[in-house]
Amino acid sequence: MSEALKHFADTYLMWNEGYLIWISDILIVLASIGIVAALTYFKKWKWLWRNWLTTVDHKKIGIMYLLAALLMFFRGGVDALLLRTQLAQPGEHFLSAEHYDQIFTTHGTIMILFMAMPFLFALFNIVVPLQIGARDVAFPYLNAISFWLFFFGAMIFNLSFVFGGSPDAGWTSYPPLTELGFDSGPGENYYLIGVQISGIGSMATGINFIATILKLRAPGMKLMRMPLFTWSTLASCIVIIFAFPALAIALALLTLDRIIGTDFFTMYHGGDPMMFINLFWVWGHPEVYIVVLPAFGVYSEVVATFTRKRIFGYSSMVASLMLIAVISYFVWAHHFFTMGAGADVNTFFAVASMMVGIPTGVKVFNWLFTMFRGRIRTTLPMLWTLGFIPNFAIGGATGIMLAAAPGDYQYHNSYFLIAHFHQMLIGGVVNGMLAGMYYWWPKMFGFTLNERLGKWAFWIFNIGFYICFMPQYALGFEGMQRRMYTYPTDMGWGSLNFVSTIGAYLMGIGFLFIVWQVLYSLRHMEKDTTGDPWDARTLEWSLPSPAPHYNFAVIPTISDRDVWWEAKEHHHTSDLLPKVDQIEDVHMPKNSARPFLLGLSFFVAGFGVIFNWYVLAFVGLAGIAACLIARALEDEEEYVLPAEEIVATEQSLGRV
Amino acid sequence: MSITPASASHHGRSHGPLEYRDPHQAVKITGFWIFLATDMLLFGCLFATYLVLRTHTDGGPTAAHLFDVPGFTAETFALLTSSFTGGLATLAMRNGNRKWVMIWMVLTMLLGLTFIGLEVQEFVADVGQGATAHRSAFLSAFYTLVGTHGTHVSIGLIWMLLTLIQIARRGLTAKTARKLFVVNLYWHFLDVVWVFIFTIVYLSGVVM
Repeated sequence: MSEALKHFADTYLMWNEGYLIWISDILIVLASIGIVAALTYFKKWKWLWRNWLTTVDHKKIGIMYLLAALLMFFRGGVDALLLRTQLAQPGEHFLSAEHYDQIFTTHGTIMILFMAMPFLFALFNIVVPLQIGARDVAFPYLNAISFWLFFFGAMIFNLSFVFGGSPDAGWTSYPPLTELGFDSGPGENYYLIGVQISGIGSMATGINFIATILKLRAPGMKLMRMPLFTWSTLASCIVIIFAFPALAIALALLTLDRIIGTDFFTMYHGGDPMMFINLFWVWGHPEVYIVVLPAFGVYSEVVATFTRKRIFGYSSMVASLMLIAVISYFVWAHHFFTMGAGADVNTFFAVASMMVGIPTGVKVFNWLFTMFRGRIRTTLPMLWTLGFIPNFAIGGATGIMLAAAPGDYQYHNSYFLIAHFHQMLIGGVVNGMLAGMYYWWPKMFGFTLNERLGKWAFWIFNIGFYICFMPQYALGFEGMQRRMYTYPTDMGWGSLNFVSTIGAYLMGIGFLFIVWQVLYSLRHMEKDTTGDPWDARTLEWSLPSPAPHYNFAVIPTISDRDVWWEAKEHHHTSDLLPKVDQIEDVHMPKNSARPFLLGLSFFVAGFGVIFNWYVLAFVGLAGIAACLIARALEDEEEYVLPAEEIVATEQSLGRV
Repeated sequence: MSITPASASHHGRSHGPLEYRDPHQAVKITGFWIFLATDMLLFGCLFATYLVLRTHTDGGPTAAHLFDVPGFTAETFALLTSSFTGGLATLAMRNGNRKWVMIWMVLTMLLGLTFIGLEVQEFVADVGQGATAHRSAFLSAFYTLVGTHGTHVSIGLIWMLLTLIQIARRGLTAKTARKLFVVNLYWHFLDVVWVFIFTIVYLSGVVM
């Protein structure tokens, strides 16, 4: 018996691997006990279930996405600090080689798929229906399913660290290294299944928001009157629905190779590993634009609001969003110029990659021209936007260097590349998402965040960023390759690496300031009673903060691109307020436990597949089928919210 | 009013086809078209994989050696005819004729079942000749592409059954009409995918 227990503990719980695992185990147990105890003590179980786990309200789903994204930001950030600690000086043995491999794999996967993606879905959910004058997204129930698939996909992925071992072949997971013969543990399966499950959710989100934007706009809101954040959401979702199927197939085929022994990407029986790499990047490159386009949308809103000017070059902004979305499909091979596809293929992809710079440059100049002679207010959203511009300019310039195929033979997979893409993804995406979070925070929660602590966070994080990544460009030129676990003293990389590590810790401190800022602002709450704390321009600011759950008592008619600003300028804001006699009964989608249960079933099924425990997999699949069938046969998906109730709510908000 | 805005109900045609009359149902048809775009790309990637790997037979069975012309011709006829009867069911729905909707849908499902039966038979025969998915990359790609289509068809059959249950229970309402329309869209889409499988996999396989 004790033998069996020890075997279990060593194989699945990895208790023989040292203190990192024990600390994680203890932290997880303590956190779980803490959550359960707090919920029980404050009698919040019912509240959690009724208001959050079963909700289909886009605003609440958005908040759950935001919380998950921030938690994952923390996890991915801790991974980054572990990596930087290991690399701080030559010949370091803080982590073992296997742990180092696992941690850079989870760092990359978590930051892109479980931090950036939910962060932008959070903003889509919270903002888009309010900006276009809709009561919810087109498919609220599907929206809840998307969230729970993301959530349980992320849970599966994170569980790997303490149960069975994390994936260790990089976030790109290239075969043949990831084939069963070279990587037999459950780690790679965790990667394949976790990412697959959350990817299904992402595709559903893409479909949902395209339908929402195309079909649910308020009367008068023509396409060319849509706010730019909504445009960027549309562009991003179009890329999602055309890119994610490639990832789904790449992961599914590799899963088949590993689970049932097919030969897609193996080294024998005619398999072709390059096929995976092509499929992966057919998704992987557009994915970069999926996450950065909404950030561009945020910058457009923020710049216009905080310079009190109409955005410069609106139609060229729209055109460049769409152009970037299209070009994003013709650049994927620049991730492997060194494959040896020949000069003609490399030329095509090099030129296409450089062309992305044109519409992106248009956008940057438009933001600058909007600021030109504007009255700039350096609030937190604006600071992060201003921080983004030099960041993106440097990242763009190094991107052009990498896009030059012959040059890329020198930079390929070196720290030069690492510095470049962190500059794009942190400087472009993280700055944008944080700017968006600060900008719409009052709309989500009804109170504003403390500016002083936020400015500390901004400066520490950004200075830390440059200290961390500028040395890495130099390290790349000096020959340091990515994914190196340690390096000898005589390479001369020691001091630059040490500087870089200091920068990473500064970024970590910057993040802690954001956490402190949120906690501080929760205590010393400064309520936003106006609904429009920034003196902003678009429709969502005509609503109270937070918006009532039906959003608009009466759907307004839109007469201008900056409808709220125009109304304020011409003193007819009352046009956007509801009139009692116009308020009618509203059909609202019912809450449902099924999206949560569906996600849970996917979790169980996925877990079964990861460990080849087929009974468990079958139980999970049966759960999925039961949820789908029950939904198909459901009679009433909606309830009627009576007009009197809406009138009462609006009266209590002082709007009628 | 519902969560769909007033603009949609202005366009909402009180005389148009039943499945489009309620804007709340019509938006689901739009959503389904977008879903079909993603599903098309899913198949697109599988086709690309098949085209890359079709010659990678590793000395095992080749396409010309494996594919059975009468077999895949019969499968094609069964599936294409089922798409036609599915279309007739949509037509009957628009005429408000529940009885004929049921009849055409049952016929569609029977033809779909025939297709699945023939495909399973084909796969079993192939495996009997030693052509398993483990044998070569070509066979892995073949079974995955054709099998994914077959799985789609099987799911479609279950879906049709569920839709029929609802039509039997509730009659032809804006909601059940939309469901019938959507399942038929899906079915036609699978038909189109099969046309590509027929040409790219089977015809090219025996000719080239």
